[in-house]
Amino acid sequence: MSDRVPVLEFRNVHTHYGPVHILKDVSMQIFPGELVCLLGGNASGKTTTLKTILGMVVPSSGDVLVDGEVMTGRPTADVVMRGISMVPENRRLFKRMTVKENLEIGAYLRDDDDVEEDMEKVFDMFPRVKERLGQKAGTLSGGEQQMVAVGRALMSRPKLLLMDEPSMGLAPILVQQNFDIIEQINDAGMTVFMVEQNANMALSIADRGYVLQTGQIVLEDTAENLLANEDLRRAYLGQAD
Amino acid sequence: MNQMPTRRSATDLDWDRVRRWGIYAGLTMAFLSSIGMVESLDKRLIVDPILSLGFLALLWVPVAFGYAATYEEAKEGMAAPEKGERDLIGGLAAGLIGGLFFVAFIAIADAVDLRGVFPRIGPALIDLLTFGRGTAVGGLLWLMISGLLGMFGGLLHVLPVRVRRAVTNALTAVFLVALVEIAVVDIFESLRLTVISDWIYAKNGGVTIAGAIVVGALAALSSVRSEGDAVVRFRTRYATMEGDERKRFNLIAGAVGLVLAVVLPMVLGGLTNELLANVGLFLLMALGLNLVVGYAGLLDLGYVAFFAVGAYTTAILTSPLSPKWTPMLTLDFFSIEGWVVMVVVVAVAALSGLVVGTPVIRLRGDYLAIVTLGFGEIVRILFLSDWLAPAFGGAQGIRNIPAAVAGPAEINGTKPQTIFYLVVIFVGIAVYVAWRLYHSRIGRAWAALREDEDVAEAMGVETTKMKLLAFITGAILASFGGMIFAVKVGSVFPSSFKLIVSIIVLVIVIVGGMGSIPGVVVGSLVLIGILGGPTQPGLLAEFGEFKLLIYGALLVFMMLRRPEGLWPSVQRQRELHQEEILQDAWLKAEAAADSAGER
Repeated sequence: MSDRVPVLEFRNVHTHYGPVHILKDVSMQIFPGELVCLLGGNASGKTTTLKTILGMVVPSSGDVLVDGEVMTGRPTADVVMRGISMVPENRRLFKRMTVKENLEIGAYLRDDDDVEEDMEKVFDMFPRVKERLGQKAGTLSGGEQQMVAVGRALMSRPKLLLMDEPSMGLAPILVQQNFDIIEQINDAGMTVFMVEQNANMALSIADRGYVLQTGQIVLEDTAENLLANEDLRRAYLGQAD
Repeated sequence: MNQMPTRRSATDLDWDRVRRWGIYAGLTMAFLSSIGMVESLDKRLIVDPILSLGFLALLWVPVAFGYAATYEEAKEGMAAPEKGERDLIGGLAAGLIGGLFFVAFIAIADAVDLRGVFPRIGPALIDLLTFGRGTAVGGLLWLMISGLLGMFGGLLHVLPVRVRRAVTNALTAVFLVALVEIAVVDIFESLRLTVISDWIYAKNGGVTIAGAIVVGALAALSSVRSEGDAVVRFRTRYATMEGDERKRFNLIAGAVGLVLAVVLPMVLGGLTNELLANVGLFLLMALGLNLVVGYAGLLDLGYVAFFAVGAYTTAILTSPLSPKWTPMLTLDFFSIEGWVVMVVVVAVAALSGLVVGTPVIRLRGDYLAIVTLGFGEIVRILFLSDWLAPAFGGAQGIRNIPAAVAGPAEINGTKPQTIFYLVVIFVGIAVYVAWRLYHSRIGRAWAALREDEDVAEAMGVETTKMKLLAFITGAILASFGGMIFAVKVGSVFPSSFKLIVSIIVLVIVIVGGMGSIPGVVVGSLVLIGILGGPTQPGLLAEFGEFKLLIYGALLVFMMLRRPEGLWPSVQRQRELHQEEILQDAWLKAEAAADSAGER
């Protein structure tokens, strides 16, 4: 594995909000085609990790590398341009804009002529989205909104898709559907980095996982091993011993 | 599913509501009288000799409040409220209650000398309000008038839609014809058709009775022939036009507009041209602010600063009396010198947009509004300050700004036609720029920014750059306004750039419809054209001292009843009626499920 260049790498990243130390010496590697999840409870630094990847928060020390190139301190637009795209927590569509406008914003930084083509690809994956094209995104059901959010993220032709808490705020059946979508995208060759609280669900589809606790990576292993890990089971899977 | 509406008796009314609105009506009439509105506006006649603007300011109250007193909301999925004699009784009652309060007000004002507190309540007012017949007769008359008008307000609910539209259209038409008196007289005079205008308008102003009847009848007739609300119909029609047809329509509309813009100033007199030039000037600023507030969602309350910067830059570059720098350039649009002036104005405006924008870019919502408000005042106070007086002339400002030149023509305030032409050209440019930006990638980025700044950033929208761009484009458009203003007035003083200018431009944008170019045009025409700007008179010049009161009342009314503005952008309408749309969608889904079940 180590001879390949990781799509995304964290090298000893420390992040502060003002004087508060959020991420403490975080190192991670995500390789092409992988589905990696980052597990952690509330206030463990999951969202900060995503913001750091996107350059919305600049690490106080350490480096963020995309495709082996140092991106620390570069503006978000540059990072997006390098092929990193996010599906935000709770989907956060532009509710009062149409589905089409939402998808167009996803392709905001592209200046090639294949945007229409990629939109067709999104429609192939989610035929429902095509039916709703002229509708305001806010009028869609939760499941449909999730499809648009994923579609919007895919419109930038990413190499790495970041998923922020895909199970958040959805009914159990939709959560399942959502994870199916993620798995499907990953099977099609997309590298996915998923931040989740629902460890059971996340590990069931992931290849590998990191566990973040108060800003530190405390565990890192393959998904099977993590699922079998006693400490993790106690902490996240709600199993009393 | 067929529900028979249960018969309701004639007195089955929401009496609480009737009483409330009746009291409101009485208090409103008393308020309008006590601030001197009736007296001051009495000189402007609407229909000679029976109705003045002053009395109109009172008489609409029982009608509107009588209408409101008997208003019942039509609830979706429920039987429509049944209308009938009940509404007449309710309107009459509300009118009578209002009249009673108003008569009480007149009696008190007559008995007690209130001039110490309310300087406008004096014998002259009492005399006017009692029609010179004493309190007893006057009071009885008011009770009757108010009751009847209230009943008329209630009647509006009962009338069939067509009849109601005919009545309201006739009344509106007469009022509008009286409103545009100066412009119409101008036009007929230049066409040498004073016969017609002399017949419509009375000598001492206002429409003649015969003229009013003809105008009203024509308006009523035309509305009976047509189906539904013309504006709504036009907008739906326009929205459903396909590419080519729409292009053709836009072309024709543009050509008509161009011809009007060229011909109108020639046939209109000085006063009307002046008025239209003011409308254009505020429209130019409103188009700029619309980019900032309507498109990018940045609430800027200090917008007047850029207007001031444009005006002062022009003054310094062109005036021989500029205290420090006197390049004395001529604003000649056909020579290099004029273009140098414009380039410098744009550059200075862009720079000031950048200077104001950079520190506030991280602020959101209320905080942004407060800080920009401060910046607007800072700019005015700097121009006013003794410290900078050697450069900007302090309170004296800069005088003797020479006329602008376009070939053989001189453009200055003494020839309002020329200013009007200049304004039209710049408004044309501004509309084009705003329209192109809206439909570009930048417009999309602004929309995303307005919706959800964080997500927009995560999608790669360069939020800082886009916000600054909005500020700078807005600043440049305002500075053009300032440039024209300087040429028009011939001098600039700090007192021309008060906070009220920012507020009025913002009100234009809000009342017209945020993010909508036609809305901003309608907003400027209605607010600046009819009511007038902060210091500029409108068609209802008599409103002068009550202008801000009416602005405020209008703003409150709009926020409550029509928050999307007079001519909303499609997007804003969506935003503000989201719930209704959602409910519609839900109902449709229900209906579909029902019909599927029946099958």
